[in-house]
Amino acid sequence: MIKVTYVSLKRNVRLGVKNLLLHKLRSILTMLGLVFGVGSVIAMLAIGEGASEEALERIRMLGSKNIIITSTKPAVESSKVNNDVRLSVYGLLYNDYLCMDETIPTISKVVPVKSMEKIARFNDRAETLRVVGTSDEWFDLVNRRRLAGRVLNEQDVAESMSVAVLTESGVRKLLANENAVGELLRIGGNSYEVIGIVCTEKLADAGMQMPDREADVYIPITTSRLHYGDVYTQTNDGSRTSELVELTQIIVEVAEEDKVEETSKVIERLLSITHKKQDYDVSVPLSLLRQAEATKRTFSIVLGAIAGISLLVGGIGIMNIMLATVTERTREIGIRRAIGAKRHQIVMQFLIETLVLSIVGGIIGVGFGLLIPFLVTKFAGMPTIVTMWNLLLSLGISTATGIIFGLYPAMRAAKLDPIIALRHE
Amino acid sequence: MMEINPTRDYAVKFENLSKHYDLGGQIVRALDGVTACFEKGSFWAIMGASGSGKSTMLNILGCLDRPTGGHYYLDGKDVSCLGDEELSDIRLNYLGFIFQSFNLIPQLTVAENISLPLYYKGFSEEFCMEKAKEMAEIVGLSNRLGHKPMQLSGGQQQRVAIARALSTDPVVLLADEPTGNLDSATSIEIMKLLTEMNNLGKTVIMVTHEPDIAEFAKHRLIMKDGKIDRID
Repeated sequence: MIKVTYVSLKRNVRLGVKNLLLHKLRSILTMLGLVFGVGSVIAMLAIGEGASEEALERIRMLGSKNIIITSTKPAVESSKVNNDVRLSVYGLLYNDYLCMDETIPTISKVVPVKSMEKIARFNDRAETLRVVGTSDEWFDLVNRRRLAGRVLNEQDVAESMSVAVLTESGVRKLLANENAVGELLRIGGNSYEVIGIVCTEKLADAGMQMPDREADVYIPITTSRLHYGDVYTQTNDGSRTSELVELTQIIVEVAEEDKVEETSKVIERLLSITHKKQDYDVSVPLSLLRQAEATKRTFSIVLGAIAGISLLVGGIGIMNIMLATVTERTREIGIRRAIGAKRHQIVMQFLIETLVLSIVGGIIGVGFGLLIPFLVTKFAGMPTIVTMWNLLLSLGISTATGIIFGLYPAMRAAKLDPIIALRHE
Repeated sequence: MMEINPTRDYAVKFENLSKHYDLGGQIVRALDGVTACFEKGSFWAIMGASGSGKSTMLNILGCLDRPTGGHYYLDGKDVSCLGDEELSDIRLNYLGFIFQSFNLIPQLTVAENISLPLYYKGFSEEFCMEKAKEMAEIVGLSNRLGHKPMQLSGGQQQRVAIARALSTDPVVLLADEPTGNLDSATSIEIMKLLTEMNNLGKTVIMVTHEPDIAEFAKHRLIMKDGKIDRID
């Protein structure tokens, strides 16, 4: 019985193909609807996926287990500065850092960050560098490739050593090279020994401030406090503004990912006790990640729906043609029925024809759908991602379209009265 | 009225068969209580003017239509109240059709047309092709197996139709004006072929309005107003 079914299936498919080839133009035009439908589904999903994946990747680089607390100048304060206040005091305190480190159990690492701009001298070259004072744990938290030498260690921080780690961009500004390790670097009025060089990550515009994004040199936070204090004076077009900011940022790593949101709440609560003004900003990459993922889903659904409509149109096209075919072949249906074909055999015959159309259309559509993202990436420079799942989904949808829209014409063919069908001219 | 002899082996037996149509309140009696029997191996011609009920009779004979009253026994089996699925089975296994306009499927080859009923019976393709070759030889078309119906003459097409009708070795061969679309010389050829099949033991029932074609049959049944007018 199984063999018989297989044989009749094979023959049905062959006959279906033969019938479709009999009207080549018609079959191709019918298929086009599905080709474009499937193609646009795949292409749209690929473009959507690529665009959002890029954003997600940026957020992921900040670390899904991290919480980033940044000092921000309160709005009221900033307007006063221009008039009479010489020194604006705001931002995260060194105590906040110690407090978090000691009191919150879910935290595995806390890293203080103090960034400033200082004039640095190296050999005969003087250049304004972005200096970041931080702790040794920084380099565990933010994975930067080491190019030469070593990074900060616990001892450097504990003993306020005068050591500096340059980044690639720092090296470039100072016109130095890898041999800079071991040389002397003057920052402000102090001398440092260059102990290592690390890579700079190329994060175009991450949408979130990562302090080392444009850092040129790292020094131990303790050394930075010792040498430069907490007051930071900036000279702008002749006017001087002084700010007392102990820490520019505190980066917290939570031990477990599912404790991140909870911990961020604890931190906010802790900070709200010691800070009267809202002079800090807590951002959680994980929640941004979730938001971005939700946006991505919405994006995919909208794009998918638009493409789905074109599949629907393709399906209606198929149904239209199959109905015409059934009418055209009424007599043939009558002959087959008179000879002894059962209704389900007639249904099968027409359904297989639709399926051949929709599957072939679907496969061509997949090719088309692979080509468009490729061209988009090549000529528009947009990232695209074609997933296997999307390919299977669109092929599945096109096949389902074939079945759904082919069923009605096939049933109509099978329901024809053989006597009337035989008389049909 | 025909006498039914219970001891005889009938291919087809009608008992008080009727077919009424309701056309908007007006009842048309296409068949009005027909009792008839056709012996196995006989050759009958059903004749009559248009509207006499001969087409309705052929439709019922061919299990394409169901009677509204009476019984129809095909090879001893009552087929008057079977469902669509079962009637399809009866057509496939007991009956062979020959039509006025040949009714071959244009996109299929001669061999495929001949073996179409076998395909519906679920035979393998090799068997179908083998049988098609055999049947084509019987009707004298063994060199035309790969041709499409459009490439054949009317007479040849009708031979293909006869081969198709015979491929399942049916109990009854039904012919509806088999020579209606053919010239007289070809008509005689086709009738000779049918006679030959009858001589080999096939029961043939043919509907025609041409008296000279009806002459080939051994018996003639003349219909009038849904009733049997006479038999000779």
